[in-house]
Amino acid sequence: MKVAVVKYNAGNIFSVIHALQRMGVEPVLTDSAEELRSADRVIFPGQGEASGAMHYLREHGLDTLIPSLKQPVLGICIGQQLMCRHSEEGDVDCLGIFNADVKRFIPVRHQDKIPHMGWNTIQAYGSPKNSPKGGLLSFPYGGDGEGQFVYFVHSYYVPICEHTAAVTEYIHPFSSAMHKDNFYATQFHPEKSGEVGQHILKNFLEIEC
Amino acid sequence: MLAKRIIPCLDVKDGQTVKGTNFLQLRQAGDPVELGKLYSRQGADELVFLDITASHEGRKTFTDMVQKVAAQIDIPFTVGGGISELSDVERMLSAGADKISVNSAALRRPELIDEIVSRFGSQVCVVAIDAKQDEKGWTCYLNGGRIPTERNLFEWAKEVNDRGAGEILFTSMNHDGVKQGFACDALSQLASLLTIPVIASGGAGQMEDFRDVFAKGHADAALAASVFHFGQISIPELKEYLRKENINVRV
Repeated sequence: MKVAVVKYNAGNIFSVIHALQRMGVEPVLTDSAEELRSADRVIFPGQGEASGAMHYLREHGLDTLIPSLKQPVLGICIGQQLMCRHSEEGDVDCLGIFNADVKRFIPVRHQDKIPHMGWNTIQAYGSPKNSPKGGLLSFPYGGDGEGQFVYFVHSYYVPICEHTAAVTEYIHPFSSAMHKDNFYATQFHPEKSGEVGQHILKNFLEIEC
Repeated sequence: MLAKRIIPCLDVKDGQTVKGTNFLQLRQAGDPVELGKLYSRQGADELVFLDITASHEGRKTFTDMVQKVAAQIDIPFTVGGGISELSDVERMLSAGADKISVNSAALRRPELIDEIVSRFGSQVCVVAIDAKQDEKGWTCYLNGGRIPTERNLFEWAKEVNDRGAGEILFTSMNHDGVKQGFACDALSQLASLLTIPVIASGGAGQMEDFRDVFAKGHADAALAASVFHFGQISIPELKEYLRKENINVRV
């Protein structure tokens, strides 16, 4: 299986590559349209800032390429946010795959700290089409990822929308996983989420096309 | 709900853990990567690796170790010790660390915090503060607690918060190594003063100390070394205990 990781100016891409290597997959890190189109799976990872990332994607023609991909694509963290219509971070238009706009967390109580950082639980959300059996969040234990702890680091979030596949509660409920057609996304970092995260990555590699 | 974090801390010198361990099941008890993996399997939420090497050679060994940890361990980890300028931060992040911690260098030149935050983001910047309480109050110390400064703990912690650091790792020198519990009063004051998470360090002796640091000290995370290394407290038992005490932990 050929797994391509989208190369762009986002930080900490190597943790995804290491996670795949631990699963015996040797991914290619690339911004080449040809390589991305021909891969069996594409991962769009990263930590970073939305407007700077979008600028890079536009300069490299990836802003039109990524939404046109036909194989399973997994956005992680800022990847999920960039797959939405617009982000408040740098007030930037994004890839428009998911019909949602990215907002900044606003603390309500003193103990609401930004970024939302650490381990929090996910709950499956929406119709079964968003978390199909054999899909991203299917677990041999506990159903569709119900109550599993995963690792988050983010200051912006995607509100609950028609493409929400899992919800996490921090200050208020938000989309911690999303799904539309061949596009999957997680706000959390599966590559840093221990066994649960590795299971989610494995699910992604095994999704039937 | 966001879980409270349990963080084992490993002191590393010339590529080997310094404080001894009684993990006989490890092939190499002194190998920080093996020990980190074991803690990760046991349910540690993050790991901290502190480089206590002074030599240039040792620094290189430490960077090699960070690369191995990044390749082999699938939970977040922080590295600290000897980070004094942006190039050190860059070296550690490119080796695969998720976060770095700065201590003395930030006290000597607080602008370093702003520089790290604007270049790499708040989430990578942990500021470690070693402080000691005496009749004048809580004073910050430099160089691993060897040199007192003029800075007060709360005033410095607030400045660190306002400069955009992602977290504060507070070690009470009065409590460190004594195993009589964390500095819950000071921690609770920090929690109400700050808008960033606080990692409590120094004083862990028994499981009740962890309950108190979360319930009374309002810490976001608790760090400990010897109670884990010597097996006095096992992480799975600790988490089960905390869950029964209604502390939200990842199990």
